[in-house]
Amino acid sequence: MSEIITTNEVRHLVQGGIDSWEIIIGLEIHAQVVSNSKLFSGSSTSFGSNPMSQVSLVDAAMPGMLPVINEECVRQAVKTGLGLQAKINNTSVFDRKNYFYPDLPQGYQISQFKYPIVGEGEVAVDFKDKESIVVNIERLHLEQDAGKSIHDLSQDYSYIDLNRSGVALMEIVTKPDLRSAEEAKAFVTKLRTILRYLGTCDGNMEQGSLRADVNVSVRKPGDALGIRCEIKNVNSIRFIGQAIDYEAGRQIDILEEGGIINQETRLFDSATGKTRAMRSKEEAHDYRYFPDPDLLPLYLSDDFIKQVAIELPELPDQKKARFINDYGLTSYDASILVADRVSSEFFEGVAKGRDIKLVVNWITGELFASLNRLSLDIANSPITIESLGQLIDLISDKTLSGRLAKDVFEIMLDTKEMPKKIVEEKGLSQITDMASIEVVVDKVILENPDKVAELLEKPKLIGWFVGQIMKETAGKANPANVNKILRDKLKLG
Amino acid sequence: MIDIKNLNLKQIRDGLQNKSFKAIELTETYLNEIDKAKALNAFITVTPDKAISMAKESDNRISKNESRNLEGIPLSIKDLYCTKNVRTTAGSKILKNFIPTYESTITNNLWSDGCVMLGKLNNDEFAMGSSNETSYFGPSINPWKRKNDDMPLVPGGSSGGSAVAVSGSLSAATTATDTGGSIRQPASFTGTVGMKATYGRCSRWGVVAFASSLDQAGPITKTVVDSAIMLKSMAGYDVKDSTSIDLSVPDYETNINKNIKGKRIGIPGEYKIKGLDADIEKNWEDGISWLKSEGAEIIDISLPHTKYALPAYYIIAPAEASSNLARYDGVRYGERVHRKDLDEMYSDSRSDGFGEEVRRRILMGTYVLSAGYYDAYYLKAQKTRKLISNDFDNAFNTVDAIMTPTTPTTAFNIGKKFDDPVTMYLNDMLTVPVNMAGLPAISIPSGLDKDGLPMGLQLIGKRFGEDDLFSIGSVIEDCRGTFPNPAQWWIEK
Amino acid sequence: MSIDEKIVKKIATLSRITISENEITKLSSELNSIIKWVEQLNEIDTTDVVPMTSNVNNTLHLRKDVISDGNIVDDILSNAPMTEDGFFLVPKVIE
Ligand SMILES: [Mg+2]
Ligand SMILES: [Zn+2]
Repeated sequence: MSEIITTNEVRHLVQGGIDSWEIIIGLEIHAQVVSNSKLFSGSSTSFGSNPMSQVSLVDAAMPGMLPVINEECVRQAVKTGLGLQAKINNTSVFDRKNYFYPDLPQGYQISQFKYPIVGEGEVAVDFKDKESIVVNIERLHLEQDAGKSIHDLSQDYSYIDLNRSGVALMEIVTKPDLRSAEEAKAFVTKLRTILRYLGTCDGNMEQGSLRADVNVSVRKPGDALGIRCEIKNVNSIRFIGQAIDYEAGRQIDILEEGGIINQETRLFDSATGKTRAMRSKEEAHDYRYFPDPDLLPLYLSDDFIKQVAIELPELPDQKKARFINDYGLTSYDASILVADRVSSEFFEGVAKGRDIKLVVNWITGELFASLNRLSLDIANSPITIESLGQLIDLISDKTLSGRLAKDVFEIMLDTKEMPKKIVEEKGLSQITDMASIEVVVDKVILENPDKVAELLEKPKLIGWFVGQIMKETAGKANPANVNKILRDKLKLG
Repeated sequence: MIDIKNLNLKQIRDGLQNKSFKAIELTETYLNEIDKAKALNAFITVTPDKAISMAKESDNRISKNESRNLEGIPLSIKDLYCTKNVRTTAGSKILKNFIPTYESTITNNLWSDGCVMLGKLNNDEFAMGSSNETSYFGPSINPWKRKNDDMPLVPGGSSGGSAVAVSGSLSAATTATDTGGSIRQPASFTGTVGMKATYGRCSRWGVVAFASSLDQAGPITKTVVDSAIMLKSMAGYDVKDSTSIDLSVPDYETNINKNIKGKRIGIPGEYKIKGLDADIEKNWEDGISWLKSEGAEIIDISLPHTKYALPAYYIIAPAEASSNLARYDGVRYGERVHRKDLDEMYSDSRSDGFGEEVRRRILMGTYVLSAGYYDAYYLKAQKTRKLISNDFDNAFNTVDAIMTPTTPTTAFNIGKKFDDPVTMYLNDMLTVPVNMAGLPAISIPSGLDKDGLPMGLQLIGKRFGEDDLFSIGSVIEDCRGTFPNPAQWWIEK
Repeated sequence: MSIDEKIVKKIATLSRITISENEITKLSSELNSIIKWVEQLNEIDTTDVVPMTSNVNNTLHLRKDVISDGNIVDDILSNAPMTEDGFFLVPKVIE
């Protein structure tokens, strides 16, 4: 593991008009739990159905309706807790958070306040060219999602759909350990990777499965924590970065002008890249949390927790360590490959029995670049483990030169065909037999006596000869063999 | 005509099975009596069509020897229980047009056993009251009157209509609910048997919630055996209620007239409160001597925190209610006062829809949960509750059941002016501790006071000790002798 | 502690109950008499007492994760004061 620095030292400063400032960031991440049905009712959690079609009497808070907890959501929360190396609490309690909003049918959200299901944990975050940091997790608790309000369908009314109402969320709260937009973005990326490995949240930010409340404050190094603002519901990693940079700048400007920061809730506007105070009346929130009398405390036995631990998949940090250890990868290559579970599995699939260096280069180079260019996910890659494996075999057995392989790869992207088939159909295989190459070498030497003479002075000209020969063979000659024959013929030794 | 005035549920069950009369005749007789008893205002909604079709179905089954347990028995339901396609108001203006699309678990149990539904019964709004005077539909009137006094009396509350319907012979039995005495106090005021089961014994699913940790259902009947028969059908584990207990329901009827020789009956000194009517105190002594004469052992016990139960209750119940009633916001159901501004719509709908007592309790509950007051009030009350519960646990180490009066006074005048809300609350002094501890309790008519008004004795049992209450209760009933019916002054000539 | 008119207004706002100016004095005095009365609880020593939130000593019953509900749009909307195209309508919310 790379060295880890503690979160107390000053890692990052931004320059204001007058002073240098430290940005202090804490995140509350809402992650939608992967489950078939809702946290307290049997209706479906799937995305994008007709309005109100995934609503039960419980979700609509009809009189006399009662919550019954979903076992899978509990298991998923425990699994996530274990993945964050956190303490799982044997006893946790569901509380009511009381407030009025049209997408909150009960008039309260069932959440966990004093006794969350998961306690303190930590996440290590790596960077390309600086030391890793550890971000401390304060807690993880289970709670209900709200419904959806649509404000732009009419001038006078907001439209309410309760399909999401009651879907299980995990709220993951960090300590104020992050110091820059870059760190915050890297943390969320890492957290999302862990959640995806665990299969507890799909991490799909466009659909709102993962969203962040970002708490930002600034201070002069060494000072006590400043007054913070909470930017609600930021739903992309890029926006998290933008929101932090804008908000920190805004606060620094105010403080340097001698002003004070209002503790408030703000919204990020992705169109302008700015944050603004919420317009809704800022009546001091008083959520009047109290234990939900419709539910009992949740007791989890050590056996239950142990069972979940046994079922835990290999996590990115463990996998990275294994890749470094077993395959001799560099830390950087390993972290790129484990950033996504499917990529890591793709790598291991191709790597089996093949030249690791070649495999890593092809995946992190050609394959990732192409997928990026085509905006494709590795899960939907036209190149499969089998096809890339075969391509690398063709390189290893010298059927293809590196250059030819790239041409074949482009065809594979287009046609999804296997490389062997492409090579056969297009006659692309490399000329490796010495006799055929010799004929071409002789021809080139014969046609360029002046260059041969020059070569004795400038041995670097050999490259020109290789180029000519490759040109004559349409790139199919094996470059190593060409080199060898040329050197023999020209007595270059 | 069938003489329903002098028939109890058990006799009706036997009469239907012996084919002494038909369910349809019986049902029509009751519907006729209900029609003549408008002055009692016991019903919010009468369902004659439904009653007749259910009765026909019962006759059909009886004739084919396919009777279910309670085939053809006509019942009425407190209007706090949601009944499918039948208006359910909770005694509130805000739900005056609410028609559930679902049936509460308890009523569903009763219909599955063959009972016939006559209608929905009046109660204090959202079960908040001790006199049935907070009902939006006007007070229900006690069938009993003082000797030589025509003043209408309250039937008690909140299950006022349920008690009146049984006392006035308008239903063979009724369902009720009890949060702080709402079954036992009206039973005591009307000369009927009121049973509140152990918390968790009857499902709360589909019953409009008042204070979830205290609410529990039970029947009101003419006799103890009727109570046993009704509870057997109503009770049972329900996976839809997370506070329901997975315990099989015994055949309570077998406990009737069981020998109670050697049973240890506790008499708590703390229940001899200031303001206890002399007649009621004397009646309590009668009860003691009846049980002694049947061989029970009378033991003086102490429940030292008794006097704190009521103040603790008036923190906990409003706190839970303030949250439970947040769902009545005019968005998904219920009456809406149309306003351009959302918060005005909420506030005006709720002020208009809720009556004075409900509004007061919501405000009180909001206050005790709000920031800065939670520990001083809510938490303090929860701790007090623990002490009250411990008192009972200690007592039940030495006794099998506890006997007390049900109420400090007999029924009072409609419209009686109390100095403040607290004086009204004192009515529940002797019943509330039981709810705080979640114990079963039954009120049995035990005599008439000097004005000729019914008095009741309360038996409190161990958790799930309903059996003992039925056996001891039936002995009290025997020793007391025949209990009279009230004169039918309400029938218009 | 006592509930002055400012607190009455605050809790009325929190609980979305409209109260008129002339109700405030009455409510404040009623709520105060209740509060004064419940404060007799301060006579009891409750140090080290574990607060009791439920009468049931069990743990939560855990439901299996199956889709067993939903697709009852008509039931959900049948009592609503205002709907359109399957949505509930409320006065426009400005964020
Ligand atoms: Mg937040
Ligand atoms: Zn949250």
